[in-house]
Amino acid sequence: MDTGLILYTAAFGLILIGSAGIVLSTHLVRTIFGIALLEAGANLLLLLATYRDGSSAPIIVDGRVPAAMADPVPQALVLTAIVIGVGILALALSLALRVQRAYGTLDLREVRQRLEQDIADDAGIDLPSSSDAPQALLTRKGSQA
Amino acid sequence: MRRLSSALFLLGLGLLIAAIFQTMEFGSVTPIAGQAINAVAAEQVGAANFVTSVVLAYRGFDTLLELTILFTAATAGGLVLGKPGTGAPRDPDSGFILRAGADLFFPLLLVVGLYIILHGHLTPGGGFQGGVILASAFFIPILARPGTTMDHRWVSMIEGLAGAGFILIGLLAMLGGKEFLTPLLDKGELGALLSAGSLPLLYIAVGLKVGAELAGLLARLSETEAID
Amino acid sequence: MELLVLVIVVVMLCSAVAVLLLKDFLAAMAAFSVVSLGLSVLFVILRAPDVAMTEAAIGAGLSSLLFALALRRLGLWRIKGQT
Repeated sequence: MDTGLILYTAAFGLILIGSAGIVLSTHLVRTIFGIALLEAGANLLLLLATYRDGSSAPIIVDGRVPAAMADPVPQALVLTAIVIGVGILALALSLALRVQRAYGTLDLREVRQRLEQDIADDAGIDLPSSSDAPQALLTRKGSQA
Repeated sequence: MRRLSSALFLLGLGLLIAAIFQTMEFGSVTPIAGQAINAVAAEQVGAANFVTSVVLAYRGFDTLLELTILFTAATAGGLVLGKPGTGAPRDPDSGFILRAGADLFFPLLLVVGLYIILHGHLTPGGGFQGGVILASAFFIPILARPGTTMDHRWVSMIEGLAGAGFILIGLLAMLGGKEFLTPLLDKGELGALLSAGSLPLLYIAVGLKVGAELAGLLARLSETEAID
Repeated sequence: MELLVLVIVVVMLCSAVAVLLLKDFLAAMAAFSVVSLGLSVLFVILRAPDVAMTEAAIGAGLSSLLFALALRRLGLWRIKGQT
């Protein structure tokens, strides 16, 4: 199998694993890990899209200009995207600290339940019930992801 | 029920991405804008590193907006964390090896970071990479001795002045009738340290801003009290 | 060359799965920095040295530091012998 297929599988796999982490996790810190993996996969995909076989890095060293050079525009975009990613990560972790301080737990099911309870209490109405209510999830005690 | 819908969503996402990948080819793309930039960047901008010329000259406005995003994220993070309460229990000082190592690492990381920032237009590197190294240089002493605090006023002042310097250099180009962030000063000789006009100055501003921001953010995160 | 890329990609994907499945959060953070390092080697193979340096400095360096600090403040990681 050629290099292109392997690298596309890598980008595809990272995006899928990151999305699975965000959607299927019950702990807030694992969701943040999923976001970071998704960003890594997206950056790899952006750089793969304009790769040319036999090209060299877009830098002139010692006055020798290479014949075919790689495209510098997506490299500049990915550079800024990686730095923005770490800024977002810092903000997400600060928010997770606040959630822990406010609710005492980082389990997303409990946080969701307490949030709905708080909103219902402030509005002065009873908690709306449905077949998909968090009560049912908590009493079932499924496995931890 | 929620697990089933999540699994279906992931399956759909996987099929969608696979369908996109079928049409993308690998290794034989001819980039139009990239080839045009590669052909003229050496004479127009004068930087040996073409990625630097794209980041600062051809797409300089994107870099300014990216600095804004980083500033917003760091400020919001500091705002969310809040001020630490006094008298909170602190971690004890680290052992001798870590303290001595941190004292030795500080000048080394400072020199490496400044080298990478200053040679950003000649070799791979630049403001962002060097700024991250500078931030870790200023944070490692706090890791070794957790009681020391960082003076946040100096950090904010350096960050603000560096950001204002970036915008000022961009505005100076408008005084001459050109557009915002056009490279000024003469191009010099390709491959020399003093080449590519105002690009090294812009990268110094970027490096100082990113370094100060990330160091301040790490210090804030390290100062919040632990939740027990 | 193909073998090298194949080995790096396999290690990277296995570490990515390990990030989501490990119970200990510190180990998950270590697996995430393995993913970052593999990614920066792939960036060098794709002829992008600037991006590789940024990913190595930020992904394997600053990102892991941020995670470790946050895990310590969240109480998900304690040093042994300390209450």
